[in-house]
Amino acid sequence: MHIIDSGNVAAALGVKLSRAQVIAAYPITPQTPLTEKLSEFIESGDMAAEYVPVESEHSALAVCIAAASTGARAFTATSANGLLYMHEQIHWAAGARLPLVMCVVNRGVGAPWTIWNDHQDSISQRDTGWMQLYVNDHQQIIDGVIKAFMLAEEVMIPIMVCYDGYLLSHTYMPFEVPSPDQVDAFLPPYKPAYALDPANPANLNTVTMPDVRLDTRGVTAHGYMEIRYLLQEDLLNAVDVMGSVEARFKERFGRGGDPFYETYRCEDARFIAVSLGSLSYHLREVIDRLRDEGIKVGIMSVHLYRPFPADAIAQGLADAEGVIVFEKALSYGYEGALCSDIKAALYPVNGSKKKRPFVHNYILGLGGREIKTAHLHEALLNSCTSKASAGRAPQWIGLKI
Amino acid sequence: MGTRQYGRKTSHSEPGPGDGGRTGSWRVTRPILDEQACIPVKRGAPACFICWLYCPDGTISRTVPPKIDYEYCKGCGICAEECPTKAISMIEESCFIKTDEGEK
Repeated sequence: MHIIDSGNVAAALGVKLSRAQVIAAYPITPQTPLTEKLSEFIESGDMAAEYVPVESEHSALAVCIAAASTGARAFTATSANGLLYMHEQIHWAAGARLPLVMCVVNRGVGAPWTIWNDHQDSISQRDTGWMQLYVNDHQQIIDGVIKAFMLAEEVMIPIMVCYDGYLLSHTYMPFEVPSPDQVDAFLPPYKPAYALDPANPANLNTVTMPDVRLDTRGVTAHGYMEIRYLLQEDLLNAVDVMGSVEARFKERFGRGGDPFYETYRCEDARFIAVSLGSLSYHLREVIDRLRDEGIKVGIMSVHLYRPFPADAIAQGLADAEGVIVFEKALSYGYEGALCSDIKAALYPVNGSKKKRPFVHNYILGLGGREIKTAHLHEALLNSCTSKASAGRAPQWIGLKI
Repeated sequence: MGTRQYGRKTSHSEPGPGDGGRTGSWRVTRPILDEQACIPVKRGAPACFICWLYCPDGTISRTVPPKIDYEYCKGCGICAEECPTKAISMIEESCFIKTDEGEK
């Protein structure tokens, strides 16, 4: 069914179609309409799930952790300071290997207080062991949520589906809503290898010694470090699993294709812009204009940010002369996190003779600062035409200081 | 031998002795039961068992007399605190060093 609705409703429909069984969330702008919609679905009997109203985001995620530990498919959503309030439980969910799905409706982080969009909230959770998917439009939101449940449950690692606050959450766009039968055929019910069972009591994730230990059956069990290593190993392997999930999705629904990133006019590009989220669609206008002006430029929009598909990204960028990374977030005191990650991915590339592409970094749109197409054009044109290094520090676009 | 083949990818413990290791080595003070003052011993029947009930590590048996498993008792002292007849005293572990060596 083709409908026109908001990005938050697209997310809620994805959660409903995925048959999530437990929803626990605390309202925060701009995520609120998503969880309101889910509570409507449940209250009206359209969705067979338990909605647990909680007093904070920390509790929201704690409820989801408990629910997933009993074998239920659980979902939550938040933004900005709400996400940060969850932070301790975010690490916990990953270490406990629970396949939660959380929508992060991207919003800037206080102080100073802001309710508008940037990516600082989810980027700051990069190192927690969660997977992160960034989507660019309403179709990708609903599809991304459904794919996220499959990926998370196959690798037993939680995942954030990140989309831009207001720009996507509150705007209306047409998108295709798959039928419940189609989604049921794609996404099997959640059946974890282990779930809490009152008949066989157990303690989960209690104090774990630095070294390996004998469990009560006399078998050598992991120490802390082995458990963390397995999380890293499975995250790295999740890159391939994501490839398989995307292929299966495309086969059934006929949409999607590249699991890691989406490119536009990159085939013969000498310069490639890179960004996360809806900004990459905004940049397409600039790419078209620069192409008209005779500059061979394209845009790569990174979908899977953690695990970082470094090989695929390096492959996509290796032949360019320059890479220009546009970011709505910053690793304060250095540069954009995505920029650092891309540089690291490119480092081993062309160990042979070819020159590595230069990498420029632009910071923009923080706290909802308007991103003007003319500014994007100017920045990209500068990077493509002045081969000189822009200096190590990132440059800011739209700053009025 | 590594833990690669271990069946779980998380920390998971089940009820049973020693899942946290031989925690008796953590003890700084040792609970010593004075049987003359212990209610079940005096009555010669199962009674009281406040120490058994309160021990957070399940190291005291529900027997007459109650037995303390020093292999796992961490020496927290809750049993001594709760015993209604003050039959349990917490004694510095250092007091037992000579005794233990003497026994060898």
